[in-house]
Amino acid sequence: MDALAPAAPVEHGPSLRQRLAARGFDAVTLLVIPAAIFSLLLFVYPFAFGFVLSFEPKAGGDWLANYRRFFSDPFLYDTIANTLRLAIPVTLLNLLLAVPIAFRVRLMRRQRLLTTILVLPITLGTVLVAEGLLNYLGPQGWFNRTLITFGLISQPLKLVHNYWGVFASLVITGFPFTFLLTLSYVTGIDPALEQAAATLGASAWQRFRHVYLPLLMPGFAITFCLSFVQAFSVFPSAVLLGEPAGVTRVISIAAATAAFEEYDYSMASAIAMIMGFVQLGIVLAVLASRGLFYRGPASGAKG
Amino acid sequence: MIRDTTLGSKLWAAAIWFLVGFFVINLFAMIATVVTSSFATRWLGTWLPVAFTTRWYSSAWSEFQLWDILMVTFQVIAAVVIISGTLGITAAYALARRDFPGKRLLVLLFLLPLLIPPITFGIPLATVLYQTGLAGTFWGVVAANLVPTVPFVILVMIPFIEQIDPKIEAAARVFGASTFKLFIHVLLPLLLPGMLAALLLVLVRTIAMFELTFLVAGPTSTTLVVALYYAVFAAGVRAVQSIDAMAVIYMVTTLVWLIIALRFVNPTQIVTRAKQQPAH
Repeated sequence: MDALAPAAPVEHGPSLRQRLAARGFDAVTLLVIPAAIFSLLLFVYPFAFGFVLSFEPKAGGDWLANYRRFFSDPFLYDTIANTLRLAIPVTLLNLLLAVPIAFRVRLMRRQRLLTTILVLPITLGTVLVAEGLLNYLGPQGWFNRTLITFGLISQPLKLVHNYWGVFASLVITGFPFTFLLTLSYVTGIDPALEQAAATLGASAWQRFRHVYLPLLMPGFAITFCLSFVQAFSVFPSAVLLGEPAGVTRVISIAAATAAFEEYDYSMASAIAMIMGFVQLGIVLAVLASRGLFYRGPASGAKG
Repeated sequence: MIRDTTLGSKLWAAAIWFLVGFFVINLFAMIATVVTSSFATRWLGTWLPVAFTTRWYSSAWSEFQLWDILMVTFQVIAAVVIISGTLGITAAYALARRDFPGKRLLVLLFLLPLLIPPITFGIPLATVLYQTGLAGTFWGVVAANLVPTVPFVILVMIPFIEQIDPKIEAAARVFGASTFKLFIHVLLPLLLPGMLAALLLVLVRTIAMFELTFLVAGPTSTTLVVALYYAVFAAGVRAVQSIDAMAVIYMVTTLVWLIIALRFVNPTQIVTRAKQQPAH
């Protein structure tokens, strides 16, 4: 199998096969082809198609007409700001909550119960969370009722069909996601490093600031990016729990409206491309700043 | 283990457990609201409904044609699981066993659909599927759902296959096993736990995959989660309890599979296994 002798360069017959095998191409490698073709057809081709289509406006006009329309119509370009106003605070909050909790949970012996509970909202999905929060956070829901009973508020808070409804749904589905990612990074660091720091007299804050934080920064950057991208593409809860014509008119609503209400696939593709580029821009900015931090082994092995 | 016994660290720990408790209580209260409401006769302005009934389930069942929707859902899921298993495991085998030029590019190609949110690539994908006439059909929904699941299976299976010693396969060859026999008697038994885990995760993800199905589904290819979205979207047309009954049916469908899946996988795998790879 792998032990093929390097073929002598003969220019005909079986030698081509042997030469390919020596470079790693043989019958086993061919097994990757169906999945690769599939991925090209259903992922790369649609993306390329959408990219080209976005420069061919439905209503005619020059090739940049869709993009010009997007950036000149406040109803369209405001969706970027609306989405960022939701996605950035939610992602930061989720990360800020996830880090201390992950540090505490890492010491637990029975993490499985908590991780199982936290995986529930991810598995149930945003539609169910939106449906549940509509009742739960509504003016007659248990949340407001409890706050009134404890005397914290006198009037029910308005928590659905506005910004805060979508915010809450993004925390419920986003926090477990951020937390489980953070936990996997935090548990990946050798506890011996912390013990060494503690032996040398470092306080809990010093151990976090000078030992863990530099090691975890790359992981946090990735976690931030993935959580941000999830929050940025919020769709069902922005429609169901938010104010889809107002403050929570996020960019994915604009894209879906263009595609399924105006049947303008060219414009919809343009909006999807803009959405992709904004995501990419923020992700690249975060990953570039990652280079400013420590990069190296995170284990305490000698040598 | 380092034990901090100062007052400050105890307060800090208490604050953290309070946060966790607050989140978990709200999560369960939200789920309990849906379940309670689905059994309620009339529930307005009180802590608990006036009385309980199960009639919303039968009315939701007929109103939303849940039998048809459930059948479509399970057919879509079965097709997605079988196809993504076949495509994903073969590709994962090749990627785990061979090193060839362009391998990194290929792995990147399989990573992207997992990192890019479904709605971003879903819209161009839906456009292409509408132009080919596949959108709105059963196979259109299956095709759209396969885009993230095939890479997911590949990335979950690669480490699984890598840990199987190639010498075992070589030994089987030495004793004269054909490729088919090698697969049935050697690889399959060794890969079974990994395959089961990967495919159960695909199953759970596909039930809850809203965006892609929503973008390409037609009237006869709507899955449960999309039907639930439309029901909530058109709230006011139907009784709230009826929608909640449907939500409970959806929850039960998802949770049954989640519980089965959790017997074979760690809960963190649902999120991290595939997502962790790009860090390295």
